[in-house]
Amino acid sequence: MRSRTRRSIGKWLPGLILVAPSLIVLGIFVYGFIGWNARYSFTDWKGLTPSDTFVGLDNYRELFADETFRNDSRNLIIFTLVFMLGSLLLGLFMALLLDKGVWGEGFLRSVFLFPMAISFIATGIIWRWLLNSDSGESTTGINKLFDVVGLDFLHSEWHKSDSIFAVASIALPAGWALSGYVMALFLAGLRGIPEELREAARVDGAGELRVYWHVVRPLLLPVLMSAVVILAHISLKTFDLIYAIDPGGPRTETPALYMWLTSFRGGFFARGASIATMLFVAIALVVVPYIWYSMRQERR
Amino acid sequence: MQVNRRQLLGAGLGASALLALPGCSSSGDSGSGGGEKKVEVFSWWSGPGEGEGLAALIEDFKKNNAGVEFINAAVAGGSGTQARQVLTSRLLANQPPDSYQLHAGQEAASDIKAGKLEPIDYLYDANSWRDKFPKGLTEKLTIDGKIYAVPVNIHRSNLLFFNPKKLAEWGISAPGKTWSELVAQGNTLKGKNVKLLSVGTTWTQMHLMENVLLGELGTDKYNGLWTGSTDWNGADVIAALDTFKQLLALSVVSTDDWQPTIDKVVAGTAAFNVMGDWAAGYLQGAKALKYKTEYDVVASPGSAGVYNFLADSFTLPKGAPHKAYAEAWLKECASKEGQDLFNPKKGSVPARLDSDKSKYTDYLGWALGEWQNSATVVVGSLVHGVVANNAWKAEIEKAYGVFFQDKDSKKFAGAVAAAYAANK
Repeated sequence: MRSRTRRSIGKWLPGLILVAPSLIVLGIFVYGFIGWNARYSFTDWKGLTPSDTFVGLDNYRELFADETFRNDSRNLIIFTLVFMLGSLLLGLFMALLLDKGVWGEGFLRSVFLFPMAISFIATGIIWRWLLNSDSGESTTGINKLFDVVGLDFLHSEWHKSDSIFAVASIALPAGWALSGYVMALFLAGLRGIPEELREAARVDGAGELRVYWHVVRPLLLPVLMSAVVILAHISLKTFDLIYAIDPGGPRTETPALYMWLTSFRGGFFARGASIATMLFVAIALVVVPYIWYSMRQERR
Repeated sequence: MQVNRRQLLGAGLGASALLALPGCSSSGDSGSGGGEKKVEVFSWWSGPGEGEGLAALIEDFKKNNAGVEFINAAVAGGSGTQARQVLTSRLLANQPPDSYQLHAGQEAASDIKAGKLEPIDYLYDANSWRDKFPKGLTEKLTIDGKIYAVPVNIHRSNLLFFNPKKLAEWGISAPGKTWSELVAQGNTLKGKNVKLLSVGTTWTQMHLMENVLLGELGTDKYNGLWTGSTDWNGADVIAALDTFKQLLALSVVSTDDWQPTIDKVVAGTAAFNVMGDWAAGYLQGAKALKYKTEYDVVASPGSAGVYNFLADSFTLPKGAPHKAYAEAWLKECASKEGQDLFNPKKGSVPARLDSDKSKYTDYLGWALGEWQNSATVVVGSLVHGVVANNAWKAEIEKAYGVFFQDKDSKKFAGAVAAAYAANK
């Protein structure tokens, strides 16, 4: 009995020690700080002196009544929907094209993937120029392109328009940046489907469309799931891109920007911590079901 | 097999031990720098003009303090918008630089309240600075009876910039003297397909708004907005906010910083731009335009003879690692030579009254004359940190975001008043 215990310790202990450093770092710098942040969201910390006075859910209650926060949350929902749909559709489209076999696939693959290699700050600065909405001679970017090809009526104010969809124009560069990554995911998924399966379907008399719908689509579902999770968490935390295009404008502000502005400009650290906690919960709502799903898949 | 496992074990333990090390040693090393001959100065001066001004100041400091290493901890970003976040985290961690830049006035209030700043009245007494700066300025620098900062320069924020050639082309002889006259000119310009004002990102819109309030309410009521004696919900404040809305409707509103915004006035797509006098430095320097012929500037409507001021100043944080040299730096900032080296490059006027007037020409010549004129009334700027503490200012910015979208003057005024009560 004793020797068995020792043997089993000998089995898991070296592994545990190996991963211990990263467990400790993760524990402190990720989970520890999440807890630390959550703790301060229940205090009234304002200004440069941390306060430990417990105020319960006051900060959260104030945020739900706060027009700026509601405006920012609505912006975030619009941003997330446009960004996710855009990059998923574009990414899937590019992956299908590449999968069909085009000339110079390797080259195109790098071209499509390239935007992701550019930092969001640089992307934002380029797109600020592309989304310029000045009239007359100072027009640049996409509006200028519309002029050149004679589609003047498509002129848009982009993120400066008064519409609640102004923030959607910032989702364009975000979708542009991530669509290549989505393409890579889908392409890997497509390549992972054995050719025999498609052949079998074709032999059974299925047309190409039905092959895609009945064979390829179900097998791509796990890829879609992971793409959705990755995009959703990127969307919720996006800060740099929005800040580079429009620093602090109400039309495009999201909770991530509000968190930063309210903490560091005004010193409302407790309010900032509450926003951060809510963003964390929102991300968990997306990620946790996914983890649960994929663990169930693995167990099968 | 057994040996391998032991090696692995050792490696894992070693890595864990390494990780634990920095955690133990970090607390002891902050106090050891007392004897070093260096000074770390934190500012947001890195752009054109301001960067060169700082360099001239540093050079003079090195001449006067031989052998002292100068660490320039400048963080880029207009009006200190980025620098403040870096500074906040350093102050929270009690690792202040030897001196940091602040806008003179209430911007220091929260730092003082948190006990992060050292009062420097003793430096004012020892160097008789109180006689060298205008009285109104030292009053605005005094918070709860003590002085915490040394001003290097004075900026004026209530200025209206325009392109005289273009204005003549459009048949406008001079900019309107009041904001309602300017609105009328805007309606004329509309027929010519020209926008009245060019406005940029949020802080430039609020910069315009405070100067509309100043012009419409007059200096006494304007001052009262920040001290609680003028009712934000009053009819005259609401009317001034409504004028501001009319102006916005006639303007091109972009999301740019101030330089591209004023470029539109140079190009002639908009007639006017309300900006501080750092814009004169930009137009004269980077754009190489001639004062009076290629660009011109007057006090913004309704504020002739008023200096809506802001001043860049330097402080002595509590626990500054090299206090003696920090004091030497503050002396440099307050000195006549230092201010006369810095200001012509930065495009501002010196805070001292005894500066060398021959160094200030064109716009700056006019500005220095106005600043030193005893009839000039000095008021403080909201956007540039003089009249409201950081918390209230941030809440006004937040309320402005809502106002910008729903254009409800009454609601905005109410929100500002409520935020004052909560954060004063």
